[in-house]
Amino acid sequence: MTHTRVLIIGSGPSGLTAAIYTARAQLNPIVIEGEPSSTTDQPGGQLMLTTEIENFPGFPEAITGPELMANMRAQAARFGADLRVTKVQKLDTTVRPFRAWLTDDVEPSITADTVILATGARSLMMGIPGEERLLSHGLSTCATCDGFFFRGQDIAVVGGGDSAMEEALFLTRFASSVTVVHRRDTLRASKIMQERAFANEKIRFAWNSQPVEVLGDDRVSGMRLRDTLTGEERTLDVTGIFVAIGHVPNTSLVTNDVELEEGGYVRTGPGSYTSIDGLFAAGDVQDHVYRQAITSAGSGCIAAIDAERWLEAQGL
Amino acid sequence: MSENITTLTDATFNEVIGASDKPVLVDFWAEWCGPCKMIAPILEELAVEQADKFAIAKLDVDVNVATATQYSVMSIPTLLLFKNGEVVARLVGAKPKGALLQEITASL
Repeated sequence: MTHTRVLIIGSGPSGLTAAIYTARAQLNPIVIEGEPSSTTDQPGGQLMLTTEIENFPGFPEAITGPELMANMRAQAARFGADLRVTKVQKLDTTVRPFRAWLTDDVEPSITADTVILATGARSLMMGIPGEERLLSHGLSTCATCDGFFFRGQDIAVVGGGDSAMEEALFLTRFASSVTVVHRRDTLRASKIMQERAFANEKIRFAWNSQPVEVLGDDRVSGMRLRDTLTGEERTLDVTGIFVAIGHVPNTSLVTNDVELEEGGYVRTGPGSYTSIDGLFAAGDVQDHVYRQAITSAGSGCIAAIDAERWLEAQGL
Repeated sequence: MSENITTLTDATFNEVIGASDKPVLVDFWAEWCGPCKMIAPILEELAVEQADKFAIAKLDVDVNVATATQYSVMSIPTLLLFKNGEVVARLVGAKPKGALLQEITASL
């Protein structure tokens, strides 16, 4: 069993920024990075599934998500953060120091004076028939991973936010047409992304359309859509479907103990303080409003400083 | 790039897979794929640790479209395990080392 003053769970922009700050403050943080996955909890977080990041300050020519995360990781490692590619199975915040299990053992693997929860969020799925069966067989949650395989095909993106527009625009590099399927008649996406999408000749819109079934035997052949105004159903013939309908926070480690907000996000404030003394939260696990790489990194910095001052005040 | 992992191309694929006396695990990947980067270090480790059980090779789908299409790869990373030239296992998506090894070993 190892004891640490700061245990950081998650390795997206918030987790790694917290790691850089606490490592530089000589707190020797342990960072549990997560495990390789194409969907959730992966080391590097959601940016590992993106391409160009154009709005992270300091990179005027843009940088790719995986590159940015590799840089942040190297920076945390340089200051001595103990980075581990594994998952926290269980966390106990009812006793002090907190206890974390990385295995199924009875004994905890790590005890920690403070925990910075930076577990992020994962993509929501549609929860309709055919979806699970055809995942990776034409249905995808990662345009940058899979878009390449849809050269010259007609495909669809489900969703109306920035992520959906980003995916749709990216996919026009390969596909002959991209239909944005959205259940309302206006987009949630930012103005700049909307304008880019409307200006792109390959992008079409299926407004007021609710997906009800993914069609196809061993690969996607189409999607059943229900008109949200008339209730009428129709089939959209597409060979690829990319789902970008939003996110849910990864709170399973703390659900029973910490105060959550509506929507299941961890309630924070002031700063990164949660309802549990010594437990701090940063990044998308506590933010359903801004959800940017830069705000996430900023909140990781806040959590690091909060944790450092809390430890000082406790004499730990 | 590790010397323990063979780089395949459309031109060399059949020859290398056909000539192998051990099962071969082929990693279909691309430079722009984040999850592919996540499993790359795991494959490097397995190439050494499991060298007596199976060989590992990789194919960049970006420049070797024909082979990727032939094997219906639609999502990367995809790992295909070849035994006597036939596909005996298909693993799609990044996974932890233990899970990957377990699925590979089950099909050896």
